[in-house]
Amino acid sequence: MQLFFHFGRYFILIKRAFAKPEKFSVYINRIFEEMYILGVGSLGIVAIISIFMGAVITIQTAFNFESPLLPFYAVGVAVRDSMILEFSPAIVSLILAGKVGSSIASEIGTMRVTEQIDALEIMGINSSGYLIFPKIMASVLFNPILIVFSMFLGIAGGYVIGVMSGVVSSHQYIYGITYDFRQFNVIYALIKSAVFAFIIASVPAYFGYYTNGGALEVGRSSTKGVVYSSVLILAFDLILTKLLLT
Amino acid sequence: MIQINNISKSFSGRSVIQNISFTFEAGKVSMIIGESGSGKTTLLKCMVGLNEIDTGEVLFDGRNFYDLDFLGKKEIRKEIGMLFQGGALFDSKTVEENVVFPISMFTDLSASEKRDRANFCLQRVNLENANNLYPSELSGGMKKRVAIARAIAVQPKYLFCDEPNSGLDPKTSIIIDNLIKEITEEYNITTIVITHDMNSVIEIGDHIMFIYKGENWWQGNKQEILKTDNQEVCDFVYATKFMKDLKTKF
Repeated sequence: MQLFFHFGRYFILIKRAFAKPEKFSVYINRIFEEMYILGVGSLGIVAIISIFMGAVITIQTAFNFESPLLPFYAVGVAVRDSMILEFSPAIVSLILAGKVGSSIASEIGTMRVTEQIDALEIMGINSSGYLIFPKIMASVLFNPILIVFSMFLGIAGGYVIGVMSGVVSSHQYIYGITYDFRQFNVIYALIKSAVFAFIIASVPAYFGYYTNGGALEVGRSSTKGVVYSSVLILAFDLILTKLLLT
Repeated sequence: MIQINNISKSFSGRSVIQNISFTFEAGKVSMIIGESGSGKTTLLKCMVGLNEIDTGEVLFDGRNFYDLDFLGKKEIRKEIGMLFQGGALFDSKTVEENVVFPISMFTDLSASEKRDRANFCLQRVNLENANNLYPSELSGGMKKRVAIARAIAVQPKYLFCDEPNSGLDPKTSIIIDNLIKEITEEYNITTIVITHDMNSVIEIGDHIMFIYKGENWWQGNKQEILKTDNQEVCDFVYATKFMKDLKTKF
C-alpha cells in the first residue's frame, strides 16, 4: 500500500510541477541557473570517470584477447560500444544520481524544514513548479550533453592509454571505433539519458519536498532519493534496452 | 478584515483546535496568545491554508478561502504577507534578492524599479547597507526585519506573524513590535500576531484572543486582559513572579 501511496503522491507532485508558471521569464532564468549548477557543475566528475573507464576498458579488452584470430581493432569496437551503449548513459547517470540527486533532495528538504517552501506557498507561488520544474528541465536538457561528452572522453581515454601502453596501435583503434558504426546506438543512448535525467531530478525532489522533521530527516530524504533513483535507473535501463534494442 | 467561523482541526484523531471563531479587523493588530501546544500556530496555518481545516470557514473580506479552487486560493495568497518564526528567508538569495523576489513574481516592474521598491521596504524596516548580505550573515533581528520587508514588498492586505520576537533581545523585540504596529496602521493591514510575549501584547495588541486547549477561551483588549479574573488567562499573564508582584502592587 505504501508503494501505491508514494506513486500517487509522486505523480500528483509532478503534475503540479508542470502546471502553468506564474511568470515564464523567472522560470526560464531558473532553468539556466539549474543547468549551470547541476550540469556544468558535474562536468569535472563526468570527465574524470569517463577517461579512466575508457582507459580501463581498453586494457581489459586487449588483455582478454587470447585468440590470434581476433583482430586488434576489436578493442576500439568494444570501447566504443561499451561507452555508447551502457557506460556513458547508465553508469554516468548512476553517478549523477548520487551527486545531483543528493544535492536536490537535501536542498529541497532543507527548504521544507526551514519553512522556505511554506513561504513560497504563502506568496501564492506554486512551490513545486518553482523548485522542481526547472531542475527537471535543466537535467533533461543538459544530461544528454553530459552523456555525449562522456562518450567522447571515454573513447579518447581508451585511445590515449591503448596507444601509450602499446596494447593497440593508433590505426587499429581508430579503425575499430569507426567499424560498423550504428547511429541508432547514439540515439538509443540519448533517449536513455533523457529518461534517466528525469528520474535523477524528480525522484530526489519528491523525497526532499515531502521531508518532515529536521536535519536527520533531510539526510534520510537525501539517502532515499539516491537509492530509489538508482534502482529506477537500473530498472528503466533494462526496460528501455528491451524496448529499443530487441 | 478576516473572519474565522467555527474552525476545528485534528491530527490523527487528536483534536488540536475546536470551534474557534473570531474577527480580525483591518488596521488593527490582533494577538493570539496561549501556552505552547495550545494550537496557536495550527490555527494560523489553517487560516492561510498550510493546514486544511476539518470544519468551519475562513473569510478574507467575505471570500471563503476553503470554497475557492487552486487559482482562487493563489489570488488570496498574493494578498498575504507572512513573517515566519525563523524568518524563512531564501538561503541562496541575498537580502535584496529576497525582497525583490515576490515583486519579480507578481509585477512587471523594470529591474531598477524593483530595486527601488526593495530599497524602500528595507529602509522602512531600518535596514540599510545590508542588501548584498546572505541570510547566514545576518543576526536574528536583522532576519526578522528582512522577512518583514519581504512580506510588505507587494503591499499585502493581510499580515500574519508567527512569534515575531522569539529569540530576540527585549530592545530588538520592541523595535520589531513597533514596526509591525506602524506598518499595520500605515497600510491599513489586517495583522495577526502569535506570541508568548506579554510585553508585545501590552505594547501593540489591539485585540487579543487567548487559546486554551485548542479553544477560544477568552477575548478582549489589552486593558481587559490585565483586569480579567479568568483563572487560565491569569495563570498565563501572571506566570512570572515579576508580573505577580506587579499585579499585587497595582
